[in-house]
Amino acid sequence: MTLHSPGPASSGASGARLIYHKPDVLLDRSTHYCPGCGHGVVHRLLAEVMTELGLPPHTIAVAPVGCAVFAYDYLNVDFVEAPHGRAPAVATGIRRVRPEAFVLTYQGDGDLAAIGTAEIVHAAARGERITAIFVNNGIYGMTGGQMAPTTLLGQRTTSSPNGRDAALMGFPIRITEMLAQLPGVTYAARGSVADVPAIGKLKAMIKRACQVQIDGGGFAIVEALSNCPVGWGMTPQQSLEHLKGPVVETYPLGVMVDRGTASAAGPASGGSTGPSSTPGQPEP
Amino acid sequence: MALRPPVPWAPLVIAEDHCKGCELCVAACPKGVLALDRGRVNALGYHPVELTVPAACTSCAFCARVCPDAVFTVWAAPRKASGEERSR
Amino acid sequence: MTREKEIRMAPQFGDAQAEANRRARVLMKGNEAMAEAAIQAGCDAYFGYPITPQAELLEWMARRMPELGRVFVQAESELGAINMALGAAATGARVMVSSSSPGISLMAEGMSYMAGSGTPMVLVNVMRAGPGLGGIGPSQSDYFQATKGHGHGDYRVPVLAPASIGEAMELMATAFELAERYRTPVMLVADGILGQAMEPVELRFRTPERRAFDWALTGASGRPARIIKSIDLQPEILEKRNLALQHKYREIARREVRWESWRLEDAEFAIVAYGTAARVARSAIARARERGIKVGLFRPITLWPFPERELARLSRHLHGILTVELSSGQMVEDVRLAVEGRCPVAFHGRMGGMVPTPDEVLGALKALSAKATRTRESEHHVQMVGRGAPTPGHNESDVGAGVHAGARHGGRR
Repeated sequence: MTLHSPGPASSGASGARLIYHKPDVLLDRSTHYCPGCGHGVVHRLLAEVMTELGLPPHTIAVAPVGCAVFAYDYLNVDFVEAPHGRAPAVATGIRRVRPEAFVLTYQGDGDLAAIGTAEIVHAAARGERITAIFVNNGIYGMTGGQMAPTTLLGQRTTSSPNGRDAALMGFPIRITEMLAQLPGVTYAARGSVADVPAIGKLKAMIKRACQVQIDGGGFAIVEALSNCPVGWGMTPQQSLEHLKGPVVETYPLGVMVDRGTASAAGPASGGSTGPSSTPGQPEP
Repeated sequence: MALRPPVPWAPLVIAEDHCKGCELCVAACPKGVLALDRGRVNALGYHPVELTVPAACTSCAFCARVCPDAVFTVWAAPRKASGEERSR
Repeated sequence: MTREKEIRMAPQFGDAQAEANRRARVLMKGNEAMAEAAIQAGCDAYFGYPITPQAELLEWMARRMPELGRVFVQAESELGAINMALGAAATGARVMVSSSSPGISLMAEGMSYMAGSGTPMVLVNVMRAGPGLGGIGPSQSDYFQATKGHGHGDYRVPVLAPASIGEAMELMATAFELAERYRTPVMLVADGILGQAMEPVELRFRTPERRAFDWALTGASGRPARIIKSIDLQPEILEKRNLALQHKYREIARREVRWESWRLEDAEFAIVAYGTAARVARSAIARARERGIKVGLFRPITLWPFPERELARLSRHLHGILTVELSSGQMVEDVRLAVEGRCPVAFHGRMGGMVPTPDEVLGALKALSAKATRTRESEHHVQMVGRGAPTPGHNESDVGAGVHAGARHGGRR
């Protein structure tokens, strides 16, 4: 339970209302993510959504190779580490033998859109009933800031030091749009961590993607445009401005497809299971 | 596990030793009442954030929403009504 | 295992025929027999990808697993298959994957991860000729891959090598047992002949007991969350993890070695061979015995752990060992390591999908026998010369003494 209202009397501050406290499923430890890194925001949103929907006791999650390789140190649910790119296949194995579990993958853009392209396409094509969280910061963070398939044209990285040149290195891939046209995909959306309203909308997308699974739908994916201050050579605040500018021009925000039944209202109602929606949480 | 409001009262409880001084909250705060305390460093080696003018904080929780390290617990000030309102 | 399972095993035969099959022997294709043995051993989930010469195994699974309400997925590639297996195995399910040599190469990464994270699985390699795309004929050129290679890192997997379809069926149950007892992937290596041939087999299956796993991912309801991983960035911790793995492998080496000895009681020579090569060797040995060569067969059934102690002991009494493989000579290196120069070790093999004939093997055996005889006669001569005439300087016998003494101590071919 994320929030508790305090009892009637607390010394010196009777009637104080708890507006926000991080959910317990997000463990109380410092993360290894760089200052300002969007992974922290996405982890938190995921923790909030999972708590609101009552999912942690049923969850089996798959961690990637990338900056989020240690996701299992921060989210208190059963986790398996997948080889680089293979999370959707690992999740498929879990889903097929554990029909009752809530199955979640968490991947970065190198993991999902480079080495793991086959696995994500085929899990989506098979309509695997899993929820895929795709954190896209257009760079390979963990290995020191190399170019990714999602790196913007002209962007300098350690393996495109003169800027990404389409003639030599091709164009960025909008993989969520590619997946959205597969019939097995029930929900595909792209949000961002760029500012408070965007974070609110992203949370609603994550909640919808989880609800699709709970309702027995097919494959659901949420792409979260995120920042990499260190890799991009910017301050955290500059990196969020960059997200709102050039990044979102290449990767438009919004819901690409939602083939699911309109389940019990939207995220505001808190979903079908778990505790009621917490007051003060961002509304879509 | 019920949380208790901070004593003495403050609208924010900041887990200082998880703060990485990224300043996203500083930029997000509509009242501009968050700032890094550059006079000291926390256990991680960063300047932690502090609430500079507690009275001006409206408990909007924008800081909590942008913080990648979930350092903020946000409380709303007790209502001053003469006993008829209880929060739930 | 219930009768219902046996009867349903071969729906095309009908109940009455299946009942008769229970008591009779049935002609079965190797791939299909192995698949059914896995099913009867309680395989919960099969993940695979078509590749010759094991496609029939996948196809049998495609038909039977849904019949039994179990999991079958034809993955997008062998990469997909091994990773699906990793996921399913992490939840405690009894999981199997099969492929052939090039596909096993793709699965190497997954094997390393599963070995490192302690996830049980059975993997069948129906070996074909390589390298590269190679051919679809039978081969044993994946010995190195199975026992020393596939994935990166300091790990081993138990490797079982049946020499007949019936033995493959029995070893399938053993494979699941070993995988779960030791929390490790286990490989069963067959070859194109074993996979494609049809042999009469008894429909006798074994279902290993189910264990409760305290590591399986089932949803952290009412218990602390569990993590299945192989990463540890702190060298001190990773060393501990590796030491634990090595301890496990020593346990397996101590307890799980399997081999067969045939006609070795009075043998002066032995043929060391496994799988299909062992069957050819048996025919060669029968012919050799008719010609008065005292030879027997030493057949490793576990390629890892390799029966090195048993082979070492045997080699003390032998005048020579011939290793026969469908490869350039891979197991022969382990034979030489075990023998440590106690007797000459010769090799005969074919590659590319070719299978040696019993007469070829007999020829190699005769050559080994002749050479070993010459060596023993020269050594005897040297000993006689040495005692009788201590003559320094160059003469024929001294030169001869040097060469043959070297041959005896160094164990050169």
